[in-house]
Amino acid sequence: MSGRQPVLTMTAISKSFPGVRALDGVDFRLFPGEVHALMGENGAGKSTLIKVLTGVYAHDAGAIELAGQQVSFTGPMQAAAAGVSTVYQEVNLCANLSVAENIFIGREPRTFGAIRWGEMRRRARDLLAKLDLHIDVTQLLGTYSLAVQQMVAIARAIDIQARVLILDEPTSSLDATEVEQLFRIMRQLRDEGIAIIFVTHFLDQVYGIADRITVLRNGRLVGEYPTAELPQLALVEKMIGKELDVLESLEEQSKRDLAAIEANTPFLQAEELGRKGSVTPFSLTIHAGEVVGLAGLLGSGRTEVARLLFGADRADHGKVAVDGKPTALRNPIAAIGHDIAFCSENRRTEGLVGELSVRENIILAMQAARGWLRPIPRRRQDELVDKYVKALSIRPADPEIPVRNLSGGNQQKVLLARWLITEPRLLILDEPTRGIDVGAKAEIQKLVVQLSDGGMAVLFISAELEEVLRLSHKIAVMRDRQLITELANDHTVDADRVMQTIASGTHHEGPQA
Amino acid sequence: MTTTSLTPTRDWWRIPQRYVPVLATLTLLLVMYAVGVSQYRAFSNVQVVFNVFIDNGFLLVVAVGMTFVILTGGIDLSVGSVVAMTAMMSASLLQGGMDPGAVLVIALLVGPTLGFLMGCVIHFFEIQPFIVTLAGMFFARGMCTFISKSSIPITDPFWTTMAQERIGDPKGNFVSISVLVAFVVVLIGAFVLAYTRLGRNVYALGGNQQSALLMGLPVGQTKIAVYAISGLCSAIGGILLSFYTLSGAPLIAVGMELDVIAAVVIGGTVLTGGSGYVFGTVLGVLVLGVIRTLITFDGSLNSWWTKIVIGGLLFAFILLQRLIGIRKK
Repeated sequence: MSGRQPVLTMTAISKSFPGVRALDGVDFRLFPGEVHALMGENGAGKSTLIKVLTGVYAHDAGAIELAGQQVSFTGPMQAAAAGVSTVYQEVNLCANLSVAENIFIGREPRTFGAIRWGEMRRRARDLLAKLDLHIDVTQLLGTYSLAVQQMVAIARAIDIQARVLILDEPTSSLDATEVEQLFRIMRQLRDEGIAIIFVTHFLDQVYGIADRITVLRNGRLVGEYPTAELPQLALVEKMIGKELDVLESLEEQSKRDLAAIEANTPFLQAEELGRKGSVTPFSLTIHAGEVVGLAGLLGSGRTEVARLLFGADRADHGKVAVDGKPTALRNPIAAIGHDIAFCSENRRTEGLVGELSVRENIILAMQAARGWLRPIPRRRQDELVDKYVKALSIRPADPEIPVRNLSGGNQQKVLLARWLITEPRLLILDEPTRGIDVGAKAEIQKLVVQLSDGGMAVLFISAELEEVLRLSHKIAVMRDRQLITELANDHTVDADRVMQTIASGTHHEGPQA
Repeated sequence: MTTTSLTPTRDWWRIPQRYVPVLATLTLLLVMYAVGVSQYRAFSNVQVVFNVFIDNGFLLVVAVGMTFVILTGGIDLSVGSVVAMTAMMSASLLQGGMDPGAVLVIALLVGPTLGFLMGCVIHFFEIQPFIVTLAGMFFARGMCTFISKSSIPITDPFWTTMAQERIGDPKGNFVSISVLVAFVVVLIGAFVLAYTRLGRNVYALGGNQQSALLMGLPVGQTKIAVYAISGLCSAIGGILLSFYTLSGAPLIAVGMELDVIAAVVIGGTVLTGGSGYVFGTVLGVLVLGVIRTLITFDGSLNSWWTKIVIGGLLFAFILLQRLIGIRKK
């Protein structure tokens, strides 16, 4: 590789935003015919680097050289014209247009101004056939799966004679087979000499496809490594730096004393609680200061349990007692009245209001609890928000920017802050760490431990068994929409045992966690 | 992964979903026509159909412009007022003795200019089209009364020729020149939407503006263009209306923008943009026209029944759009 000329060289790139130095003298090299993973935590500068490259941002210092030519793009279109195409995480195409149009719109073949539909379709078919995708190009894009849409986006990108293809978290919404299909196409393009920059949070995928890895941390270059020479653990260390210690310390203090907690008064007792077609009746007791982990495969009914306990779905069976008193959690308002808080797994659609600022999003639940006729004084708002922005180290630490500008991990923290501010006694966390980077993950886990030490009850739902094992006092195992058992999280319990519990029974599906 | 699993189930007898609303409108139109024919003997006369076109030619032209706007996800409330303003202005200029050719040119310039300006405000200041065109509506309506508080008759020979000229077959059935103009506008509109970059950009913009921007499409130009096109269509509509009534009246075509929007939506164009056809709009206008004709033929029904039926249909079609939208998800 060293003997060849890089197709792209970025030298000493710096970029500052008001108050933040997003990139600080970063170098980046990209060779033709390689898949190059760009790694780093949220906020490490990956997106900024890519936006500088594609001309979304102008860099303050440094130089970009594409195929030996000094370049500085004014926008993604100019970059694409020069051969640097980007495919974004959310497919940026028009679902209401046909597949063929999505590939060619803006560059349609024409005679005397009239679009030649026939030729456009034929060329679209040929192009997709090269990617081994044989679909009806006259159908609307929206009728196809996200994976196919992603590939149509790639087809559009490479048809603009791409030399550099940037894939910005293309796999976050794909399943395993779809990822494999995408990888096949990536390999094919790589073999044709296209240089691919691959941004992702999934470590396994990096080791599955990338030839080299560049790691950024806090806007600085950590290093550039051949994938084969960088073990996974070393990569994580380089990405998060010393914060790895946090994870380790959590590990040590795990296996917490269940007996002491059981002595506390139960906060919530569910008895034979269930809902037809959703969850088979289950019983569950959560004590003050206890972390109850809910383990199980995707679709095993974990979220459904949470929704019942929060009153988001109404139970048609069984009863609930809070503080020993029978009560009905008919709707979320009733649950909130009992100091129960629920962080949903779909933070974008069910939780946060993207247009509103961090402050407004954090205040939302508290304001709702007070009733809309008693506004919270601005000074009190600022106090509270400042406190939680600091406590959760939400970045950037500016409460007035719209939430949609934050990274996934930080959005999750805002959602947490919103509920913490209401000082709940039971906090239900549904997949709080999904899709966020290792560092933010550790912070959230640490927070869960702190909160439970402070006496808060937590119901912790996660697909990652390690995480559940690390945090929980006891683990409720779900399978096929049924709570099959409760395990006290003592020394006898490990991931294998939980997996066996999930897998035991009639079906022999391998554990996926 | 096999190829078959990538292809959505598509059987040859199944109609692609995007054509469903238009076909629903077509069915409705045929049913209404069949009802008319079965109830009233004179309804089967070809001239009845021609009259629907004659009476609604100007509406059709304006509706074509509105189709462009709604396809981008926008709305243009100013069309009725611009129609009236164009008619008023033409009548006033003709009364002042101006050459009819010059009057035509001026009348055809004012509408698109206003549309262009509204489009610029919508794009550059990122203001809701609803509010910008509402302002345009008040402005144009105000201009009508500014020109004259009362109706101005048109006696110009060119105008009267255009109003009275009949293009017919030997059996005596005929259409007016307005109908031919409307047809030309429809054909041009359909061509632009289906076969030009501008037209496809209109669809892309209505589908997802953010994506359109990232795909490098000229979003701003397209947005401004659709309001200018709507203004041009309103201006043509205004001239056709002045052919039809041979006058300019300050309070003519009040509320017409709502009829036009109803026709476009009944014709299958989705109000949120991105999906619809000019052919559907033609059907939508015809549905409106046939309802009026049916109620006139009945004779005993109050003309307000037209509004009631249109209201009901509008509901039905919006629900249909919604259902298709939900099924897609």
